[in-house]
Amino acid sequence: MTMKPENQSLQSVNIEGPVCPTPLPHNDRIVLGHGSGGRMSHDLIARTFFAAFSNPALTARDDAARLLTSSGEQLAISTDSHVVSPLFFPGGDIGRLAVCGTVNDVAMLGAEPLWLTAGFILEEGLEIETLQRVVASMQAAAQEAGVQIVAGDTKVVQKGKADGLFITTTGIGVIRPGVNISGAGARSGDVVIISGPIGDHGIAVLQARGELGFDSDICSDTAPLNGLVSALLSANAAAVHVLRDPTRGGLATTLNEIARQSQVGILLEEDRIPVRPAVAAACEMLGFDPLYVANEGKLVAIVAPHAAQDVLDAMRSHAYGTEAAIIGRVEAGAPGQVLMKTAIGGTRVVDMLAGEMLPRIC
Amino acid sequence: MKFTTEFRDAKLAQGLVEAIRRKITRPWVIMEICGGQTHAILRYGLDEILPPGIELVHGPGCPVCVTPLEQIDRAVWIASQPGVIFTSFGDMLRVPGSDKDLFSVRAAGGDVRVVYSPLDAVRIAQQNPDRQVVFFAVGFETTAPANAMSVLQAQALGLRNFSVLVSHVRVPPAMHAILSSPGCRVQGFLAAGHVCTVMGYHEYPPIAGQYGTPITVTGFEPVDILRGIQLTIEMLESGRVQVANAYPRVVTFEGSRPAQDVIRRVFTGCDRQWRGIGMIPDSGWKLRPEFAEFDAEVRFPVSEIQTREPEDCIAGQILQGLKKPFQCPAFGTRCTPEHPLGATMVSSEGACAGYYRYHRDRHNLTEEPVSA
Amino acid sequence: MCLGVPGKIVEIYEANGLKMGKIDFGGVTREVCLAYVPDACVGEYTVIHAGFALNRISEQEALETLEILQQIAADELETGEP
Repeated sequence: MTMKPENQSLQSVNIEGPVCPTPLPHNDRIVLGHGSGGRMSHDLIARTFFAAFSNPALTARDDAARLLTSSGEQLAISTDSHVVSPLFFPGGDIGRLAVCGTVNDVAMLGAEPLWLTAGFILEEGLEIETLQRVVASMQAAAQEAGVQIVAGDTKVVQKGKADGLFITTTGIGVIRPGVNISGAGARSGDVVIISGPIGDHGIAVLQARGELGFDSDICSDTAPLNGLVSALLSANAAAVHVLRDPTRGGLATTLNEIARQSQVGILLEEDRIPVRPAVAAACEMLGFDPLYVANEGKLVAIVAPHAAQDVLDAMRSHAYGTEAAIIGRVEAGAPGQVLMKTAIGGTRVVDMLAGEMLPRIC
Repeated sequence: MKFTTEFRDAKLAQGLVEAIRRKITRPWVIMEICGGQTHAILRYGLDEILPPGIELVHGPGCPVCVTPLEQIDRAVWIASQPGVIFTSFGDMLRVPGSDKDLFSVRAAGGDVRVVYSPLDAVRIAQQNPDRQVVFFAVGFETTAPANAMSVLQAQALGLRNFSVLVSHVRVPPAMHAILSSPGCRVQGFLAAGHVCTVMGYHEYPPIAGQYGTPITVTGFEPVDILRGIQLTIEMLESGRVQVANAYPRVVTFEGSRPAQDVIRRVFTGCDRQWRGIGMIPDSGWKLRPEFAEFDAEVRFPVSEIQTREPEDCIAGQILQGLKKPFQCPAFGTRCTPEHPLGATMVSSEGACAGYYRYHRDRHNLTEEPVSA
Repeated sequence: MCLGVPGKIVEIYEANGLKMGKIDFGGVTREVCLAYVPDACVGEYTVIHAGFALNRISEQEALETLEILQQIAADELETGEP
């Protein structure tokens, strides 16, 4: 089992408006900020879960756990719960999300995902037709990813105890030989690559919730990335030092995690970071920063400089990486810190998401 | 995005920086009094690319930061009442009150909702006739037209279950308070562009004249802010005390008459406590008595509120531009965005939060472009 | 304060006695109250804050400002350091 800070999507609860942005001063109860993927989540995991379950595979803090079998094979295993609301949104649904999320976590360790399990918590009153639609979507995603759903569980809870449907998936894959990818692998001089424009998923789901009243053609980017990972590894596996998918908390949070794990600095260039015009417009309107908006079909690759162009070309020739771009580099100075050269020329710190973004008037 | 991207152009920004550099002959202290401008300056690293000698000071321009503690505590109390749907702009939800913030109220089961517009709050009231809906009407002059219209709409729709908790503040009295305080080092002012979109800038020439301080109405994109600074520097260097408009695409001298009419119809002047600064006379707006039925303070009379600020927090001195966040002993240690002691750290527009998020460290970086 | 974002009016209608409009922010649209810009027409740009259009944006003024800024950049960046 791995512990990732992200265990909830933005729209996981049936109350109006975005969720708790910042830790509350008291820590005796779980609050929504604990699920945001930012600092609070990290704190909760470290203090409660790591402290109790402590073991090296867990505390490596990667998206999946790396396990060595007695026959010498390296496996990757990851688990993820999905509680998104609404269940269906432009570009995807909870089922597709559940499959892709776990497939991607396993793939981020350089492993080929093979099998998934799926646990369902169904709310009393959920329409069976809805469940069937979700399950069909899961099978389609699994087929696209080339994985099989081999075991599962179903529970039903009383009305009001689940948001329609919660899904937990666990995935197993085999780590390719010759691959040594982890969040601690970034080295000074490495190049930072993003596989495509950021912010699509978070904005699409926010729109689907309807509370902020905006409309657009933005679709979630939910996608299985194991094919893209294969493609970029075949360009030069040894040169790929880090892979991670910037989900909850966005690109900024993911890069901060990596900077900390690897004890390096990262310098980004703002005008190289791809953002779709409509996503940028939605963020402007609400006062959000796309760097913190969730993605479900993108990955960050941190690659040795001599291989960066080859890896980039390989990504661009794959359907899920056509807009891949180099967005920054790894530096030796300022370990654990992410900095960005702004479009205007000044530099600023890019922090981890503290809690949650809120639409603002300021 | 039209009217936005053009004003983020790096070359135009550079040109302005060079123009400023060429003009400046001595150090100057310029204050901006707008949270949005504070945010933009820090987010784009503008203070870093400006020539040395220009000190940008952040005034009390964040309505979230200056909302008096009493009003936050009142909001928390009202939101905790059973049957109330408490609606607010997102910014306000995690401002610490004496005891807790609105998010704690939600965690404890209160129905607290973020809205994008006060009209959304009116709609919620229409849709929930058996609940009391309260809207937290904060802001500077920019937000007053929207908040005022929500009251008129509620009246027009005959709603009995809608009320507003008003905490409006005005910029000109704050400028007077700052410029007349002993130890004031401010020599030039950037006026808030969107406040002036509503109010015009006819209120500023008397202020400029009284204190000998040039004022430039300034926008929010990085190029707009640099232009505002450039025009201010030109006035300072040539000893001209005037009011310039660097945001003419939206701001006119008179401002928006329809908006001012509605504001005057719904609101009237009052004294206001500015958190961290104190009472500034006639610096706020409250509902006119004829709208008392929509006044949440009337509908929800709260017994004596005991407010309590953490002693470490020097937000007041920061809001007056007397100290920088770095100079606060609690900055970054006991006071961070995760554990804010004061409002300037909570609000994303607050100076402390801005400095913490964007400029915690300054580094020497090589200027080579990134390439494979 | 104050998050004011430019948007283009693409539709105008009335709702509950108020002049309302659909605004395009560049691929994202939203309903906004146009009561404070009674003379605004479809195709014009306004600054939107908290769901209200505050003022029309003058394209003429914007272009003039940009011209001035471009002139400054041209003067300064030819003679100054790159």
